[in-house]
Amino acid sequence: MTIPAVRTASLTRHFGGVHALDDVTLEIPRGCIFGFLGPNGSGKTTMIRLLLGLLEPTAGTAEVLGYSTRSDAAAVRQRSGALLEHCGLYERLSAADNLELYGRFWRLPGGERRARAKELLTLLDLYERRDEVVGGWSRGMKQQLAIARALLHRPELVFLDEPSAGLDPVAAVALRDRLAQLSAGAGVTVFLTTHNLAEAERLCTLVGVVRRGRLLAFGTPAQLGAAREGAGIEITGTGLSEVLVAMVTALPGVVSARRDGRALLVGLARGAATGPVVAALVAAGFQVDSVRNTAGSLEDAFHALLEAQS
Amino acid sequence: MNDALAVAWKEWRELLGQRGARGKAGIGLFLLAFGIVLPLETGPSWITSPSVGIAWSWVPMFLVSTVIADAFAGERERHTLETLLATRLPDGAILAGKMVAAIGYAGGLTAGSLLLAEVALNLVGPRHGLLWYAPQVLLTLAVIGLLGSVFVAAVGVLISLRAATVRQAQMALGGTIIVLLLVPVLALRRLPPGWKRGLLPSAGSGARLALLALLVFALLDVGVVALAKLRFTRARLISL
Repeated sequence: MTIPAVRTASLTRHFGGVHALDDVTLEIPRGCIFGFLGPNGSGKTTMIRLLLGLLEPTAGTAEVLGYSTRSDAAAVRQRSGALLEHCGLYERLSAADNLELYGRFWRLPGGERRARAKELLTLLDLYERRDEVVGGWSRGMKQQLAIARALLHRPELVFLDEPSAGLDPVAAVALRDRLAQLSAGAGVTVFLTTHNLAEAERLCTLVGVVRRGRLLAFGTPAQLGAAREGAGIEITGTGLSEVLVAMVTALPGVVSARRDGRALLVGLARGAATGPVVAALVAAGFQVDSVRNTAGSLEDAFHALLEAQS
Repeated sequence: MNDALAVAWKEWRELLGQRGARGKAGIGLFLLAFGIVLPLETGPSWITSPSVGIAWSWVPMFLVSTVIADAFAGERERHTLETLLATRLPDGAILAGKMVAAIGYAGGLTAGSLLLAEVALNLVGPRHGLLWYAPQVLLTLAVIGLLGSVFVAAVGVLISLRAATVRQAQMALGGTIIVLLLVPVLALRRLPPGWKRGLLPSAGSGARLALLALLVFALLDVGVVALAKLRFTRARLISL
């Protein structure tokens, strides 16, 4: 039987009265890309800290790559790479020195250290700037370098806390491709947290949705989307106001309605039709640009899960 | 040991390599003042005076105190601590690396200043043959300097582990060192004369007294380093 990359049983962590993580049980197989999704403060970072053995659980157990995070945390860290909440780069050092340092930490021989650093920096288009002090770099460049640092020693498992934060759209797509390649080609397990649900849906083979420390759902994005009852629509246009949102919420068959920039996200009860909602909006003066069915998407399922819990 | 040296390498690299003009200027100014200007002003006694060893043994302690507050408080302030703790490095290696870096930096600057002074005085000083530091001066400096540096480094690490910012750690360390130095001196002064007379003969000759003081210092070092190691736990360093 293959040992999973991550296995937790009733994993719980409290900070005084705050339940940062509450009774989380999950199993993540090796070689997959797992997305841990949830709003800010839902326990995602605490989960990573617990899995790296940086925090002791209040209750429950966690095993990473077959090692207990309580008794064998050093073995877990030996085999893992991490990009945490902050990119954690030494800003007074150059990019090359940052990688050299972490190469030394992981005891890579000198030649391999330099070759690996060159390979990663070249891949990320940073090689020409390797001797620059990273303090002056943009957030996206720092984030790229921090990802390179996390992968430097070829870990079996890599934790990435919001890896695409600060990246431009091109770099974000490139990162997504690289992570998919890493998982498919090298069999590396990726544990990532993200707010970007579209990215999670495209990239992750498994996702977990967490809120206030509790795991609300766990499965493939398709499974989560299919489990969502009823339909969801996204209506974009001009003239959206809180009054309109309230009006839509009160319509028969509407389960939820919320504003997201220029878009109105509407959750419909099973069997409810889209037409009356659009008609009511048009009648109220809203100029509709587009109507999109979001039912079955991870984003729709995510919001439905959170709304059901609130 | 390799792990501790890797941590120390980073510290030295930050301190000396890329610290910027201000840091480098500070180090240059120190070497200029204590390696060239003051020795030339003072003359050969800068090297030959028997009190050189005692006087200079304070220097490494002072230099350690200028950098050690940054050890963990700086990492915390610059958001690099958690990433460092997420590596495979054992607790002891991180702690030792931080202390070795500070002590090495202080020792290097002290040795550099002494060497520069020797070169400067021999080059431009009076021609009485070569001037050398007496072996007992160097021994005093090495032993007291090292014991003092380890003590300040360990106390500094203890403070830095709990401080939220470097500034907070520096203030706390400054206050702690003053208290640790002043309390024994003031306590000794306040002892009744009869007690003082009673204490000194029981300790024996001057050499025995010095040896006893060094032994107490060494034990103190072992105690503070052990305490620092005990207080260094990853879970404690991660905040909510």
